[in-house]
Amino acid sequence: MDGVVLALGQGFNGLSVASLYLLAALGLALSFGLMRVINMAHGELLMLGGYIAYLVMKAVPGTAGLLLALPAAFAGSALVGAAIEAVLIRRLAARPLDTLLATWGLSLILQQAARNIFGPIGVEVRAPAWMNTAVSLGALSLPTTRILIIVLCAVLLGGLALLLTRTRIGLLVRAVNQDRMMAAAVGIDVRRVDMVMFALGSGVAGLAGVALGLLGPVTPTVGQSYIVPAFLVVVMGGLGSITGSTVAAVILGLFSAMVQIFVDVSVSQVLMLVLVIAFIQFRPQGVLAPRSRALDA
Amino acid sequence: MTRIQLIAGVAATLAAAALPFLIGSYDLNLIARFMALGILALGVVLLWGETGILSLGQGVYFGLGGYALAMHLKLSALAPGEIPDFMVWSGLKTLPWWWAPFENPMVALVGVVAIPGLFAGLFAWMVFHRRVGGTYFALITQALALAFATLLISQQATTGGFNGLTEFPTLFGIDLNTMGAVRGLYWITLAALVGAGLLLAVIRGSRFGTLLRAVRDGENRMRFLGYDPTPYKVAAFAIAAMLAGLAGALFTLHAGVVSPALVGVVPSIEMIIWVAIGGRHSLVGAIVAALLVNLARDRISSALPELWLYVLGALFIVVVTLMPRGLAGVAEDLAARFRRRKEAA
Repeated sequence: MDGVVLALGQGFNGLSVASLYLLAALGLALSFGLMRVINMAHGELLMLGGYIAYLVMKAVPGTAGLLLALPAAFAGSALVGAAIEAVLIRRLAARPLDTLLATWGLSLILQQAARNIFGPIGVEVRAPAWMNTAVSLGALSLPTTRILIIVLCAVLLGGLALLLTRTRIGLLVRAVNQDRMMAAAVGIDVRRVDMVMFALGSGVAGLAGVALGLLGPVTPTVGQSYIVPAFLVVVMGGLGSITGSTVAAVILGLFSAMVQIFVDVSVSQVLMLVLVIAFIQFRPQGVLAPRSRALDA
Repeated sequence: MTRIQLIAGVAATLAAAALPFLIGSYDLNLIARFMALGILALGVVLLWGETGILSLGQGVYFGLGGYALAMHLKLSALAPGEIPDFMVWSGLKTLPWWWAPFENPMVALVGVVAIPGLFAGLFAWMVFHRRVGGTYFALITQALALAFATLLISQQATTGGFNGLTEFPTLFGIDLNTMGAVRGLYWITLAALVGAGLLLAVIRGSRFGTLLRAVRDGENRMRFLGYDPTPYKVAAFAIAAMLAGLAGALFTLHAGVVSPALVGVVPSIEMIIWVAIGGRHSLVGAIVAALLVNLARDRISSALPELWLYVLGALFIVVVTLMPRGLAGVAEDLAARFRRRKEAA
């Protein structure tokens, strides 16, 4: 019986970790699908969201602060993301590997800036009191914060799905995703689509930062600890696929929570990497890949 | 190679060989460390500049080489039946089985290049044979660097944890703290660096080198011509890893320590910036930049530690966006302009 409760508890933890991975990975996956580039400073957009949450909730305590922090973090990270896209990534888009390096340089600068502004030690986001409770389900005790994060992630996924399938910008995104050259040829402003989606993905990273801030202290390196699993989600998910990324995040989140019943966190990281490498032996194109005749996907 | 390049190369090697008579042992040790890093940078030129594969996890192979030698140095200082002090503190009674072979100096020496080479070959084959490459490969190598460093830190009892392995009084019975040993190690490192440079120059000039460039410039065209690119990519990755392992072992000897701080995500990606600054296609550029960047790092981070990360970050951005061919590219452009002017005159 205890074993079942433990497994269920870890399953729940796994889902909440998966939500964080997914929130961190969504922006990466979206712009990777469009531009084939990865922004290594994406983790610092998470960090930025966390610090914005800290500042807002310091000024406005309680539930109102949280409700204010979410849009503020989204807007702040989206703005910075748009600036990164316009200044750095656009210039380098034809050289994906160089984009990795340049954005890594940016991430070092942003981390050090955070260290100088907020100090090397983490700051605590003051969460509303009702979030420090837990919901009891029989022998299981589920922390409210983690439930909230799963809900936040689900709502965002739903919203994103609606955006991509029901709106004009979604149509344009799907067109560019399928065939960038043809999309440009029929008159779609692909550069603007890039920019809008990059900003949107960055904003989602900001929201993920708020979620991280609710779970623990916000430090200058908080983004780094979630960004590598997020990269693995992108690798495993398949090219720019939201559904694929979701499945990959759930697999990785549940896997890491379940193996942590038996091994410590560091070994679980190694096993996660082994899982990804084993996975690409069977499906190198990822969980879900768009059908394409292109030689170099 | 032109005659001028040959003369310049020989002159630079001779000047470097005379250095131990000109500077003190502290500076000599520092330069020797950075020369060891230059060996690793040469591997990155082959892998990234020639083959077009970006690895963000070279620290892993650097670490494997460093730890392989450090384990031997730790064991050789002990009486039979003793185990290293940090293991005793962690409550271990017997030596872990995977430590035992490193008591043999030959195993350790071969292991310095063989372990990184084999591991890298296996890893690269697993990924490349499924045609996963480019950005995906870079991200996977970074995850590997993170996993490796975290594993080293967490397995305190058998790896020395965060502090790594340190305090090596002797190497094969020779006291490492004398001026003679510092000089001898310096010359060994210099010889290894020059040897590795010549080896890579030969590889670049060979048919194998041509095929590596073919992988970089048109992997699919290469397939259409009937070549399977995978073995070439795996070989390039394994060679780079072996050079990294050798560099790690030499660095460990000079620094007297190997620790997770040298092998994780951040140091691994720093290894790429040396080559980016030197010029990713230039062997000489990579060596020069490895020396310059690390000297700059040494000076700046001892005076203003906070400044260094800003400098490093800015270097990444500026070099990659504005001078993708690095210092070597700038030098080539200057030389070309000079030649044109001479011809016009």
